[in-house]
Amino acid sequence: MAILVIAEHDNATVKGATLNTVTAAAKIGGDIHVLVAGAGCGAAAQAAAQIAGVAKVIAVDDAAYANQLPENMSKLIAGLAANYSHVLAPATANGKNFLPRVAALLDVEQISEIQEVVSADTFKRPVYAGNAIATVQSSDKVKVITVRPTGFDAAAATGGSAAVENAGAAGDTGVAKFVGEELAKSDRPELTAAKIVVSGGRGMQNGDNFKLLYALADKLGAGVGASRAAVDAGFVPNDMQVGQTGKVVAPGLYIAVGISGAIQHLAGMKDSKVIVAINKDEEAPIFQVADYGLVADLFAAVPELTGKL
Amino acid sequence: MKVLVAIKRVVDYNVKVRVKADQTGVDLANVKMAMNPFCEIAVEEAVRLKEKGVVSEIVVVTVGKKDAQEQLRTALALGADRAILVETEVEAQPLAIAKALKAIADKEGAKLVITGKQAIDGDNNQTGQMLAALMGASQGTFASKVEVAGDSVKVTREIDGGLQTVDLKLPAIVTTDLRLNEPRYASLPNIMKAKKKPLDTVTPADLGVDFTPRTKTLKVEPPADRKAGIKVKTVDELVDKLKNEAKVI
Ligand SMILES: Cc1cc2nc3c(=O)[nH]c(=O)nc-3n(C[C@H](O)[C@H](O)[C@H](O)COP(=O)(O)OP(=O)(O)OC[C@H]3O[C@@H](n4cnc5c(N)ncnc54)[C@H](O)[C@@H]3O)c2cc1C
Ligand SMILES: Nc1ncnc2c1ncn2[C@@H]1O[C@H](COP(=O)(O)O)[C@@H](O)[C@H]1O
Repeated sequence: MAILVIAEHDNATVKGATLNTVTAAAKIGGDIHVLVAGAGCGAAAQAAAQIAGVAKVIAVDDAAYANQLPENMSKLIAGLAANYSHVLAPATANGKNFLPRVAALLDVEQISEIQEVVSADTFKRPVYAGNAIATVQSSDKVKVITVRPTGFDAAAATGGSAAVENAGAAGDTGVAKFVGEELAKSDRPELTAAKIVVSGGRGMQNGDNFKLLYALADKLGAGVGASRAAVDAGFVPNDMQVGQTGKVVAPGLYIAVGISGAIQHLAGMKDSKVIVAINKDEEAPIFQVADYGLVADLFAAVPELTGKL
Repeated sequence: MKVLVAIKRVVDYNVKVRVKADQTGVDLANVKMAMNPFCEIAVEEAVRLKEKGVVSEIVVVTVGKKDAQEQLRTALALGADRAILVETEVEAQPLAIAKALKAIADKEGAKLVITGKQAIDGDNNQTGQMLAALMGASQGTFASKVEVAGDSVKVTREIDGGLQTVDLKLPAIVTTDLRLNEPRYASLPNIMKAKKKPLDTVTPADLGVDFTPRTKTLKVEPPADRKAGIKVKTVDELVDKLKNEAKVI
């Protein structure tokens, strides 16, 4: 049977996390179909058709999916699921919002945030903030799964030539209404896609001081993240939080500045290839995972580093 | 309006758990347990809604072993009115928990159910969404602001790109994110008073829910070890290492 991958997209383009999810589907094995549900999402559907390894794109273009509200998305996906052995979505805020609903409508458990495929019914997933990795086996008829993008390489965005098939909408449940969005604007690479990430914590002292990190990030072409403490204190917006309950990143280089290294923070970055920590406290737990630790005052070290790059 | 709050007893967030040598799970013997932090935020939000006069009664529920009564008492001390323990020795999974919560929400006629976004043990992030699906209700997950007005609730949600606001018809399920509120501490007099508040126990059978797990845990392993590297003395040395040793810049 085939596998249904739910695309993360903004109607115009397909988001990177979709590519990692396609790779997870390929590891499971079977024809891969991608659902692009949106409003005016023709371009995204065409983009999905280019992804290497995709056999078919199902495009559902309807006002009911304009903001991918979970009430409507889950109804649509549950309706399609009967034809599939697996339904996969990236473990993004969006995927985590609608996919458990799909599972409940199908009367199956969801397997959350897999980072490895062992076989078609067995997967590895982190639990306890990544301090343990569970191997779980599902006995459900349809496997409903969110995929942690950092666990899988991205499939090639081009090279495929899948057919795009238009399908009908499943209606608007009418119980939820989209009111508005406040999206952070930034010219820097998106956190989860960036090859280098610079993150700041409570040690930054205020939001203004994050300018030091932005300057460093711009030199490196990096994305900028933060600890929960920095977000809670209002230094930076919530979408910058890296960790167990924020975003999970695994860039080639992660630079933690003024971050102590609580387990909840480590859960979101410890799979980075190279970790640098800049902290004035030589006992800070972040140094236990850092490849290169610099015990220094960040207000001196960060500008110096930026200057020397 | 009656509100239902679902809470879970979990390992305290400060504890770094260890995997058992036989790979059957993590070692929970003599480990400090607590209410899941996101559930504390859920209880706090319900109490604030009651203080505002929006909510008339707060019923707090957990599915678990007898010892989860401890966390129910904590919720009562924080301001919940009544508690229900769905007692089971089985390691209940989200779908079954959601079914039990639905049965109780139906029976209680709760218009609003507040859950945490995620339990910090299983890191599932699904129970609230599943409950919403089973109830055919709307959902406002990862909430950082909740405003009840008449028969609807406006929820501001933390999403990947920033914030999103949705307007939900009641009944609705809200799942809490970190910035929704800062939970209070229980005062000693309230802890004493909580001992006299009603705490009922029901069984999965009473609710007609089958708790047989669908997902089997085959083994639990420690994560790949990450060794501490070296300390560099100067920024120059750091730049040199990044360029010439790690070759990442
Ligand atoms: C349910 C729950 C979920 C959570 N989820 C997350 C999550 O997803 N992500 C997350 O990050 N946290 C999360 N946390 C919070 C986590 O437990 C820590 O509280 C948080 O990560 C601490 O942030 P911090 O390291 O910035 O602050 P602190 O622990 O206060 O550390 C600040 C560091 O800055 C250093 N410093 C200060 N001044 C300077 C200076 N001038 N120069 C150099 N160094 C300096 C200090 O030495 C210190 O090490 C969660 C907690 C809970 C309970
Ligand atoms: N055993 C349980 N009993 C009651 N509520 C629970 C239980 N497990 C999870 N929940 C609720 O669902 C939320 C999300 O948990 P999870 O889906 O397991 O990550 C928790 O914060 C609780 O509000």
